[in-house]
Amino acid sequence: MNQLPTQSWTAKWHLKTIIIVLILCGLLIKSAQICEINGSALSQNFSQFFDLLKKMSHPQWSYGEIVLQPIIETIKMAIIGTTLGAICALPLCIFAARNIITNRFITSSIRFILNIIRTIPDLMLAAVFVAIVGIGPLAGIFTLAVFSFGMIAKLFYEAIETIDNGPLEALEAAGANKVQIIVFAVLPQVMNNFISYFLYTLEINVRASTVLGYLGAGGIGVYLQRSLDSYNYQQTAIIILAILVVVLIIDGLSNYLREKLL
Amino acid sequence: MKKATTKTQLNWFITIIILLLIYWFSFQGINFSGIKDSAGQVLQAIIHGIVHPEWKYVYDGSGEDLVSLLIQTLAIAFLGTFISALLSVPFAFWAARSNHELAGHPRSNSGKIILTVVRTFPEIVLAIMFIKAVGPGSFAGVLAVSIHSIGMLGKLFSEAIENMDQRANEALVSVGGNSLQVLFLATLPTIMPEFLSYTLYRFEIAVRSASILGMVGAGGIGTPLLFAIQTRNWSRMGIILIGIIIMVTLIDWFSGILRKKLA
Repeated sequence: MNQLPTQSWTAKWHLKTIIIVLILCGLLIKSAQICEINGSALSQNFSQFFDLLKKMSHPQWSYGEIVLQPIIETIKMAIIGTTLGAICALPLCIFAARNIITNRFITSSIRFILNIIRTIPDLMLAAVFVAIVGIGPLAGIFTLAVFSFGMIAKLFYEAIETIDNGPLEALEAAGANKVQIIVFAVLPQVMNNFISYFLYTLEINVRASTVLGYLGAGGIGVYLQRSLDSYNYQQTAIIILAILVVVLIIDGLSNYLREKLL
Repeated sequence: MKKATTKTQLNWFITIIILLLIYWFSFQGINFSGIKDSAGQVLQAIIHGIVHPEWKYVYDGSGEDLVSLLIQTLAIAFLGTFISALLSVPFAFWAARSNHELAGHPRSNSGKIILTVVRTFPEIVLAIMFIKAVGPGSFAGVLAVSIHSIGMLGKLFSEAIENMDQRANEALVSVGGNSLQVLFLATLPTIMPEFLSYTLYRFEIAVRSASILGMVGAGGIGTPLLFAIQTRNWSRMGIILIGIIIMVTLIDWFSGILRKKLA
């Protein structure tokens, strides 16, 4: 029996594709309505945007010296915040790794808490910490510490779960207790990963800390807000350039170090 | 053997010195005594507010409630990701290096540098600039998401193009297809599943960032969130935070299922 394969009529008329496209179009139109976007406003807005760019194309270079201090403060905030977060994350991530703690209840509940911490937006943390400790870099440091805590803990326990079980079993067979196993079998295997993830988080934190100041949490963001509020776009241009340069340098440095480590 | 050990010891020594210097430098000039006396009380109030969220804010039909603002946030993320997915395609082809080109090809390198600069540029700063240009509101948020996402999507797309299966392309070339036909009938269908999967992934990230864009005035749930924090309305902040967490978790879960189907 030789028979040509027959297409069902849904496949013949590309019904599935058409339905998906229709759904997408519907969502797009609805989204555009919600966001109140229309064509005439679009063209008008774009001319305004180019006006802004024109104003920013003449940076006030002398402002660079004033910007230097806050941008260094931003990097300091990121370093201290990430370190605090990493120190807090280190003990917790061992309790979240399933190959070390076999109790599913403990690991699952710690993971659940970590997931919730990671969904809290960093700017919201900044605003809350400004309310708690007052305006200044300290609020930024706490924000970055909490933010990196959630992220580093997740990366760390995932690294711990991928380690080779051989050394663990060897130590257990020789009669080592849990602490000895962690110090002599787990940590040496994941140390390089830890440092690499630490650097990666630092990278993200430098990027995040540049805007925390916008809500009063110290660093370059304070100056960004000041220059924008006074419509001093020549200064804004310098600040944005400085942010870009610092982020690129930190990214490059951390990428270089991480490649060397792994 | 002995020489090697002294060398590693020296390396360790230098690393530790550098680290100590970095940390000593970092702690200079940061004032740790500036914590307000009321910090403990505020913290208590915040915890009380989160435990007792303001449930009637969830939906009151005024258009300024939690559900409608969360939908607005999703709309910003959706539109932004959609626009940036379209805009990323030309950038991806610009930055992708084809097999017969050498490593330092100027076209591919220039594209990669542009994508890196776009990617490293903080999204919030972009949003602030767009707010200054087009006024506060969701439109600025859409623009910020769509421009910022190009950096990451363009990079992922160009890597997908570089690693794609070339056989479909070669088949079409060998039967005499011109480059436009190769693009539409071989290249795009081959990389489409990966493109869609990356776009969905980026949508997850866009939802997270859209929920805070409002804190600088770019529409969505962020604006009432900042307002609630600044007026110390902790129970309202609690309900908004719960809303954001539920929304982000749902979107992650849903997009995870879709991406598994695509792969």
